[in-house]
Amino acid sequence: MGTYVPNTKAEQQKMLESCGFQSFDEMYACIPEELRLRKPLELPEGKTELEVTRAAEAAARKNRVYTTVFRGAGAYRHFIPSIVREVVGKEEFRTAYTPYQAEISQGVLQSIFEFQTDICELTGMAAANASVYDGATAAAEACEMCREKTRQRILVSATVDPKILSVVRTYSFGRGTEVAVVPEKDGVTDPDALRQMTDAETACLLLQQPNRYGCMEDADTAAEIVHGAKAKLIMSCNPIALAVMKTPGETGADIAVGEGQPLGLPLGFGGPYLGFMAADEKMMRKLPGRIVGETTDMNGTRCYVLTLQAREQHIRREKAGSNICSNEALCALTAAVYLAAMGPENLKRAALTCHANAASLKAKLTESGMKPVHCRPFFHEFVMQTADEAQAERILAALDREDILGGLPLGDGKILWCATEMNTPEEIGRTAAIVKEVLQA
Amino acid sequence: MKLVFERSVPGRGTAYLPEAPETTLDFPLRERPLRLPELAENQVDRHYTELAGETRGVNGGFYPLGSCTMKYNPAVLETAANQPGFTDVHPLQPDESVQGCLEVMRLAERYLCEITGMDAMTLQPAAGAHGEFTGLLLIKAWHRSRGDLARTKVIVPDSAHGTNPASAAMAGFEVVNIPSDSHGYVDLNALRSAAGPDTAGLMLTNPNTVGLFDPHIAEITRIVHDAGGLNYYDGANLNAIMGIARPGDMGFDVVHINLHKTFATPHGGGGPGSGPSGCKAFLKQFLPGIRISEENGMLRRAEAESRIGDVRSFAGNFLVVVKALAYLAMIGREGVTETASNAVLNANYMMNRLKDLYPMAYDATCMHEFVMTLEQMKHDTGVSALDMAKALLDYGMHPPTMYFPLIVHEALMVEPTETETMETLDEAVDVFRKIMEEAKADPERMHERPLTTRVRRPDEVKAARKPVVRYDFGT
Amino acid sequence: MNFPKELKYSRTHEWVRFQEDGTAYIGITDYAQDQLGDLVFVNLPAAGDSLQAGEAFADVESVKAVSDVNAPLSGTVKEVNDALADAPEKMNEAPYDAWFVLAEEITETDGLMTAEEYEAFIAEEG
Repeated sequence: MGTYVPNTKAEQQKMLESCGFQSFDEMYACIPEELRLRKPLELPEGKTELEVTRAAEAAARKNRVYTTVFRGAGAYRHFIPSIVREVVGKEEFRTAYTPYQAEISQGVLQSIFEFQTDICELTGMAAANASVYDGATAAAEACEMCREKTRQRILVSATVDPKILSVVRTYSFGRGTEVAVVPEKDGVTDPDALRQMTDAETACLLLQQPNRYGCMEDADTAAEIVHGAKAKLIMSCNPIALAVMKTPGETGADIAVGEGQPLGLPLGFGGPYLGFMAADEKMMRKLPGRIVGETTDMNGTRCYVLTLQAREQHIRREKAGSNICSNEALCALTAAVYLAAMGPENLKRAALTCHANAASLKAKLTESGMKPVHCRPFFHEFVMQTADEAQAERILAALDREDILGGLPLGDGKILWCATEMNTPEEIGRTAAIVKEVLQA
Repeated sequence: MKLVFERSVPGRGTAYLPEAPETTLDFPLRERPLRLPELAENQVDRHYTELAGETRGVNGGFYPLGSCTMKYNPAVLETAANQPGFTDVHPLQPDESVQGCLEVMRLAERYLCEITGMDAMTLQPAAGAHGEFTGLLLIKAWHRSRGDLARTKVIVPDSAHGTNPASAAMAGFEVVNIPSDSHGYVDLNALRSAAGPDTAGLMLTNPNTVGLFDPHIAEITRIVHDAGGLNYYDGANLNAIMGIARPGDMGFDVVHINLHKTFATPHGGGGPGSGPSGCKAFLKQFLPGIRISEENGMLRRAEAESRIGDVRSFAGNFLVVVKALAYLAMIGREGVTETASNAVLNANYMMNRLKDLYPMAYDATCMHEFVMTLEQMKHDTGVSALDMAKALLDYGMHPPTMYFPLIVHEALMVEPTETETMETLDEAVDVFRKIMEEAKADPERMHERPLTTRVRRPDEVKAARKPVVRYDFGT
Repeated sequence: MNFPKELKYSRTHEWVRFQEDGTAYIGITDYAQDQLGDLVFVNLPAAGDSLQAGEAFADVESVKAVSDVNAPLSGTVKEVNDALADAPEKMNEAPYDAWFVLAEEITETDGLMTAEEYEAFIAEEG
């Protein structure tokens, strides 16, 4: 019904005949008869746009959009200036292919070059790529960059988000690399265990900053231990926190990665998101995926091209460091537009407000009777203890009734809370009050 | 064009957020300044309008980029996905609160299984290459689960996309490249000698990368199965045959699909895509991502019992899946077949109107794309496929894919797609014929094309020798 | 094209300059760089790596291609010309100064050709 084939049946017949075919069936004669699908697909009939729109709206209505959200754990609700969606919706950006034809793709190429610069500024690193699928695959690709002939063991801190660890393990299952988890102590990576586990066969350590519990890691000590054994340090960072925290570059990390979703991308039930990757000068040529570089054209005009392509799968094939082809270009553009609009001042406000709100939420929940699990510096997430699973469930259910998505249950009655600049003092107060009611019931 | 950083003036900006409350950060802070652009919103808007003006989208004109399926991206797809009920849903919300998302995923999985002839599907892979990697890990996990550790090799034809061997290497396999025969088909004898007890599987695109349907496909998959290996279908060219034939019926065990090609979701200048991996029932237990089941009318998320682990966070590029499902809902059962048939028709129509002037790499009915070779022309006049592609830019046309597949020299690969009108194809043919005349009249001039774009051919050697990959703030 | 008489050449277009102390410099020939076009990068091995005659020990990149560089002899890498990575154009401009590695503990050197033999070989091959 809702076809996007413009040619009329009469035109199609004319075209078929011009190719020497009487029918479509004859055109497909090269497919052996026994492989032809001679029954209709079990799909619904085509619909009109009005019907499809109604169906999509009906499905969307079956989801709940919470007024108040205190859940993060890898996906964060932040304010997105209106201009971001307006710019990203432009047809040229939305429907273009990868900019292989530089002469007619300077817009998208320049936008990627600007994105790479933004990521270098946020992370303090020398070079960034044009994006990978998400923060977890960015971490997995970074681990692969560090693998050497004699260094095949990847260390991952136990305080890294379990979703990231799972992806690192999957990628390692592929390559046959060993993954060892460095235990945690009081909510952060145990430095003594790290020192013990780091040796001449260690490729790298993957550290998350802030970590899965929201705690700030002692990245300087980790860097010193890891580099002492000539292994690499990969830091997976929250990009909003990077507005204020000591950068991977300042810490001496070899690679910085992260989930770029907080930079202007909606929650979208998990995607599309944005993996960013940046490296120091020495590791630039090991970065996977596309990289845009500056050059000049035959008239001397400054311009941009996809560069260092000999690293990539379409040239290096089985010897390529990664198979990545499609990336998350439009999400990278989204982040670049977000950062261009926000500028350093608004981004810093977002970061400071996240922290202020989280600190306030933590204090109020503590007053309500929950216990903080860790006593450490944190950014915008933290873990609180309730009596048991049942109590945690009662708390979250009570909040749910008030249209509040509470923190993420971690098991054992622990709840991981997150606050951002989207939360108001009123919401924080109301949430603490509801928690108090449940705990006193 | 100025860079966004060159437009920046310290102190400019729009207040998007209130000033932050007093707060003390008790962890190490960044010392280096954060040199993000400082612009008035008006400037931001104009900057990107200028960049959009130098970006070519599908609506900007014919985009016959072979193997990329640059079909029209219907506007309703955006409407369907841009609803707060999809965009503002946290991936870790309780099941009861995401029934709409799970319904979308379940339907998309069901329809994609039906089209490919598979039994199960995961939507977690974020792109085609990611789907390949996932599918190969399913194959690896299956051999391991049977204690068969000797299967360390994956067979890949020399005509394959670069992602195929790269994915196989990432999955820990040794790649065995086999040649194509003179028709561009899999060389059956080479396949027979390559297949054996160390074969984990074969990766194949069909129609293949030269745009032909391999008529021996049933024999090919049988040879691999008889040797104990599995068959992997790269869905890059599914647009040619959906509704006409199914990989599942050809003997393939695992597939991936590119929603951003076949199912009309926009390419976004390089992504996001979505590359669902499908498989036959015996591999289902290894699938990564979310498995959806129904209990008392409620959809629930679960994990497969022997899953290979996640290949990405959360459920995948969900909003892309919404768009693909909206597309499928629009075109429906008959539309799927009509789409494929007209993609193939448009390609054959163009090929027939060009073949007297442009030598075709293979003399056969093509599927949704065809490959021309300018090897003789390069030899006789020095004019290369690159020169011809760049000349098209002077006529406002996006060039075809150049220098792929690697087995055809001086290749230009044309994929018109089904969403182009006969007039557009005729106009494109006229342009192709015109530049051929120009090339014959003045071959030397062709090396300078394009002549009319603001930016001419870039110096790629300079870019790669001394890479400048970020703006130099000068301090 | 230039093929210095004092060097030895392999069938895969590498040159070898044997030193009096038993070590040898290795690079790619003028013919090789001409065929490969503008080179933009070189991946070099590390000191201590072993070289196996006929097997790849490095690769060179042009903008659109990667090519293996084979070891013309067996031995061990004593020294690596790291400066080459920062100035890949040297491989095009002065291929016989642009050495890749200095090899030591050399064992197998079979099949190396003199300049005259190599010139005849490429005339035949081309």
